[in-house]
Amino acid sequence: MSALTDNALWRGTARVMGRLGISGRTLVIAIPMLWLLAFFLVPFLVLGRISLAEAIIARPPYTPLWERGPDGTLHIIATLENYRFLLEDALYRNAYLSSIRIAVISTVFALLIGYPIAYYIARSPEPRRSVLLLLVILPFWTSFLLRVYAWMGFLRREGVINNTLMSLGIIDQPLVMMQTDFAVYIGIVYTYLPFMILPLYANLVKLDDALLEAAGDLGASPTVTFFTVTLPLSLPGIVAGSMLVFIPAIGEYVIPALLGGPDTLMIGRVLWDEFFSSRDWPVASAVAIVMLFLVVAPIMWLQSVQNRRELQ
Amino acid sequence: MSDTALAADTKPWRDTTARPFISIRNITKRFGDFTAVNDISLDIYQGELFCLLGGSGCGKSTLLRMLAGFEVPTAGQILIDGQDMAGVPADKRPTNMMFQSYALFPHMSVEKNVAYGLLREGKSRAEAYARVAEMLKLVKLEALAKRKPHQLSGGQRQRVALARSLIKQPKLLLLDEPLGALDKKLREETQFELIRIQETLGVTFIVVTHDQDEAMTLATRIGVMNEGVITQVGEPRAIYEHPKSRFVADFIGSVNLFEGQVRDPGAPVVVETPELGTMKALAREGLSAGQQVWLALRPERVSLTRTEPAASDSVNTLPGVVEDVAYMGHMSHFRVRLANGRMLRVTLSNRLHDEDPISWDEAVFASWNASAMRVLTE
Ligand SMILES: Nc1ncnc2c1ncn2[C@@H]1O[C@H](COP(=O)(O)OP(=O)(O)O)[C@@H](O)[C@H]1O
Ligand SMILES: [Mg+2]
Repeated sequence: MSALTDNALWRGTARVMGRLGISGRTLVIAIPMLWLLAFFLVPFLVLGRISLAEAIIARPPYTPLWERGPDGTLHIIATLENYRFLLEDALYRNAYLSSIRIAVISTVFALLIGYPIAYYIARSPEPRRSVLLLLVILPFWTSFLLRVYAWMGFLRREGVINNTLMSLGIIDQPLVMMQTDFAVYIGIVYTYLPFMILPLYANLVKLDDALLEAAGDLGASPTVTFFTVTLPLSLPGIVAGSMLVFIPAIGEYVIPALLGGPDTLMIGRVLWDEFFSSRDWPVASAVAIVMLFLVVAPIMWLQSVQNRRELQ
Repeated sequence: MSDTALAADTKPWRDTTARPFISIRNITKRFGDFTAVNDISLDIYQGELFCLLGGSGCGKSTLLRMLAGFEVPTAGQILIDGQDMAGVPADKRPTNMMFQSYALFPHMSVEKNVAYGLLREGKSRAEAYARVAEMLKLVKLEALAKRKPHQLSGGQRQRVALARSLIKQPKLLLLDEPLGALDKKLREETQFELIRIQETLGVTFIVVTHDQDEAMTLATRIGVMNEGVITQVGEPRAIYEHPKSRFVADFIGSVNLFEGQVRDPGAPVVVETPELGTMKALAREGLSAGQQVWLALRPERVSLTRTEPAASDSVNTLPGVVEDVAYMGHMSHFRVRLANGRMLRVTLSNRLHDEDPISWDEAVFASWNASAMRVLTE
């Protein structure tokens, strides 16, 4: 195709778009918008719609949203029964609370471990800094599942840790680590630590040395400088890292399934059971929708806090 | 009070018995095998506004940072008020620093930035904020106390940085290019503001700058630095009038420099130069016949006339042609081509209205007193 027709084609398209009220700018925004629409909003609406139905033994296994009455009128069949069921059954409430608890505790540990690592990397001189960053990302080159299985090898009754401690004579009974909440915490913190370190690093590396010197010059000891200057300025990094750990942790399925015990209650497992064992799609959908709001609520709250801080 | 007592009072460096407030003794700083500061010794007195003047990269900031405690000297000793600073960390030193980049805490309001130092001292909030209010008044920022640094103009930030560094009433304030980020007009206004504040508080200031006009305006004394060494220390007038070396003469103001050899080390000194012929210059000690020297002549010390001035024992006169004239309003700069092709820079004041000013391509006589010509040996 020649440049001329190319050009004409482009101008023709632009004219049509102009008549429809679409500018180039809208087009650029439209692509991610369409993506979100197709792969987030539509599935979300489908879930929402299923959560308002009743489970039936049919294909699909839930009641339709509307029905034509004998007189031809349209009846909408929707029920909040599934949500009421979630509220009433202690199992779900406990699963949500337990998920939140596990996600919060894991996030706190990831922060406590990740912050010093990110700080150290950010303060390192250049060639070492790149190597350390590479080491943080390196685990992503092997499959996530493989790494969780590797942890099973460590934590097992006859695993690396127990064998080592026993042969050193530190313990004479093997420690029970597998199929406990402890193993779940280890799995989650280990898996999501890079998601904590990277945003923290990106924040801390921008910290101006002169600010630390200024604090010292004004009489602040290194500890006081950390709490009055470094920590408050790294708050956006802390928030970003914590979100990146908390959000996947709350809905985590694989780690509690592989490392957790039968009494490790997490909402991801409940969801799986509802869908695949009970085949109760409406209840499973309701579980998913509630989980979504549990995740979205803290984000919205943090956003509004940040906006308010910026306005000040 | 006698005249010498007065001079010693306001100019303690002239009094050989005065005790220096800051003693820098043979300080050296190396980064790897690069020597940033090379064996500097310097005494600074209470209440001085001392300027370290030098080009970029000559080691000014490094010297200042060693005083503040951010860099450890490779060798040498620093005494502040008689106390050896070796091993004293920055947060325990009686100094404060105003940073070149201001280094204001971006997450704190103006008020909190200024209060920071006082709160670290353990002052109560009430007392601290009362002092902060006073200080903000001094730097004329009362109205902006609640703003964040990013909501301020460059000049306002500069004043916050100054207020923050002064709030603890340090014995010594170190200022690293404090006016570097301001535009010319604001900078000139702020120079006088800085002097006013320094005199109000009586704090000793050490100001780093690469701007000679700024150093001349601010300083009680100037230390001219070059490649990690202080080449000359003196009052602004002395540095300008009696530079010790070609580097200092050339760095401060504009100068005509000529190479030559001493023929007669009397008064005036007679110097034989390849470019100008025989020249008469201001007498000075320690010259010997045949010695290699340089002659420094400030452009404003030269007169231009259309007729040849009367010959005299103490006047140098050379014919030339005006090559270039730059009219600046209050003065005019000339470039005069001398008989042998060498250019002479001349500055004439336009103090009197001249109906028929000297112009391009005119044949003129450039003349100057022997006392205007300085003999430099290095
Ligand atoms: N931390 C450092 N490591 C290596 N070289 C440095 C360091 N700090 C300063 N220098 C070098 O020392 C010289 C003097 O720097 P500085 O004191 O900042 O100069 P300036 O007179 O412009 O303030 C420069 O050449 C600079 O590159
Ligand atoms: Mg500097």
